Amino acid sequence: MTASSVSRVMAIGSQTWELTRRSVVSEKRQFLSVLPGLIFPLLLAAVYTKQFGRVLDMPGFPEVDSFLDFILPACIVQAVTFGATAAGSELALDIENGFLERLLVSPVARAPILFGRLAGAAVVASVKATVILAVFLIFGVEVAGGPAAMFVLVVVAALLVLFIGAMAQVMAFRTGSQEAVGATFPLIFVSIFMSSAFFPTNLMSGWFKVVAENNPLSWVINPVRRLVINEWSSADALQALGLPTALAMMTISAAVIALNRRLAIL
Amino acid sequence: MSTTAVAIGVGHSWSVSLAICIRGLQRLRARPVILIPTVVMPIFFVISFTGAFSSLTKIEGYGTSNIFNWMAPYAALQGAVFAGVGGAMSAADDIENGFFDRLLLTPGSRLPILIGTTGYSGVRSIIPTTCVLGVAALGGLELPGGVIGLVSLYVATAGLSVVFCLIGLTIAYRLRSLRSMMIVQVIGFSSMFLSVGQVPIDFLEGWLHDAARLNPLTNVLRLARQGFVGEMSWDLTWPGLVAIALMALFTGASAFRALMKLAP
Repeated sequence: MTASSVSRVMAIGSQTWELTRRSVVSEKRQFLSVLPGLIFPLLLAAVYTKQFGRVLDMPGFPEVDSFLDFILPACIVQAVTFGATAAGSELALDIENGFLERLLVSPVARAPILFGRLAGAAVVASVKATVILAVFLIFGVEVAGGPAAMFVLVVVAALLVLFIGAMAQVMAFRTGSQEAVGATFPLIFVSIFMSSAFFPTNLMSGWFKVVAENNPLSWVINPVRRLVINEWSSADALQALGLPTALAMMTISAAVIALNRRLAIL
Repeated sequence: MSTTAVAIGVGHSWSVSLAICIRGLQRLRARPVILIPTVVMPIFFVISFTGAFSSLTKIEGYGTSNIFNWMAPYAALQGAVFAGVGGAMSAADDIENGFFDRLLLTPGSRLPILIGTTGYSGVRSIIPTTCVLGVAALGGLELPGGVIGLVSLYVATAGLSVVFCLIGLTIAYRLRSLRSMMIVQVIGFSSMFLSVGQVPIDFLEGWLHDAARLNPLTNVLRLARQGFVGEMSWDLTWPGLVAIALMALFTGASAFRALMKLAP
C-alpha cells in the first residue's frame, strides 16, 4: 500500500469518525425522539407479560418462568428498529436542506457520508440494547447463555440497525424525502410481528405460520431466544450473528450504489 | 358586529378549513407513499394479530371464536391513530418547509387551521377502516350487529383520528419537527395496548387490568367492537361516545393553546 493510499484510508477513517460523532450528537440532542424507542418496547414487554399469562400453560409454548424471558429478544429487536431508520431520515433531511450538497463539494470522501450515519445508529442501538437488557435483568430475567449470550444480543442489535439503516438510506437517496423514509418505519415494525418475536410459530396456523417461519427475523430471533432461555450454544450464536451480517452487507452495498446513482444525476 | 359580518366571518373560516382539508387529501394523491402507514399498517395489523394470536381463541373465556371479529375493530382503530398522526405530520411538514408561515397570513382566526387539519384526519380515517374491513372480510369477519355495528365502528375511528391529530398538532406546534411525530405514534400504540385491544379485560392481570379499566380507549374499543362480537347495546355505546367527546375537547384545547403560542 502506497503512502498516499494509507493517508487516504486514514482520512476516510477520521471523516467517518467525525460524521459518526455528528450522528450520535444529533441523536443525543433529540433525546425526546430517541426515548420512545426505549420506552415503547419495554411497555410492550410489560403489557404482554400481564396480558399473556394464560398463554404460558398452552401446550406447545416454550417452558419459561415468565413471558418476559420469552419476549426479551423481541423487545431488543423492536427497540433498535425504532431508531434504525434515523440513518435514512437524517440523510433525507440533509438532502432536503442542502447539507448533503455542501458535504459533496467539501473534501469529504463519499463513503463516510453513508458509514458515519450508520455507525452512529449502530452505537445508539448498542446502548439501547444494553439498557433494555439491564432493565430485564432487574425484573428477574435470567439469561441462560450467560454474559457471552448478552454480548451476542447487543451485537445483533447493532448489526440489525446497520441492515435497516442502510435500507433507509437507499430510500432516502431515491426519494429525497424525510417523510417518505419515515413512512417505511411501520413496515419494519410489522415485519417483527410477522415473525416468531411475540408468539411461537408452532402455535400459529395457515399461511401466516409459513411466513413467520420463513421471516429472516425469526431466523435471528429464534437462536437468540435459545441463548436466553436454554443455554450457550456456539451454533446458535453463529446463526444469530451471521444472518444480520450478511443482510447488512447487502443493504450497505445497495446504499453505496444509490449514492453513486444520485451523484451521477447531480 | 353585525349579523352579516359574523356570517361572512363564519363563511370565511369554513372556506379556509375546507381548503386545508382538501389540500391534505390532494397531498395524499400527489404523494401516495404517505398513505403507507395509514393503509398498509392497519392491514398488516389485522393480518399479523389474527395470524400470530389465532390460538388465543382456544383459551376459555376469550370474547369470540372468530379472531377476525376481535382484531379487526382494533386494527381499524390503530389505522385511525395513524390517520390522525398523518394529519398532524402534514402540519409538521408545513412548519418545516415554510408553508405554515404562508398559511398564517390568512386573515381571521387561527381556529380554521386546526379544524381543517383535524377534518382532513377524520376523513382520512375512512380509508384504513374500509381497507381493514375488506381484508378481514376475506379472512371470515362476521357482523352480527348489522349496519349499526358498522356505523359505530366508523364513528369510533373518525373520532379517534381527530383526537390523535389534535395530540399530534399540540406536539408539532411545540416542537416544530416532523420527527417529533414519532412521539405521537408511540402514545397511540401505547394507549391502545393498555386497553382491551388483544384480549378481554378478564385476561389482564395486575396493574394492566386497572390501567385498561381507566383507559378511555377501552370504551372506544367497546364502541367499535360491539357490532362484531355480539348485539348492539346502548350501555356500550354511550361510554365510547363520551370518551371521544371528552378527549377531543381536552386535546383540542391543548392544540389550540399550542397554536396560539406558535402564532399569536
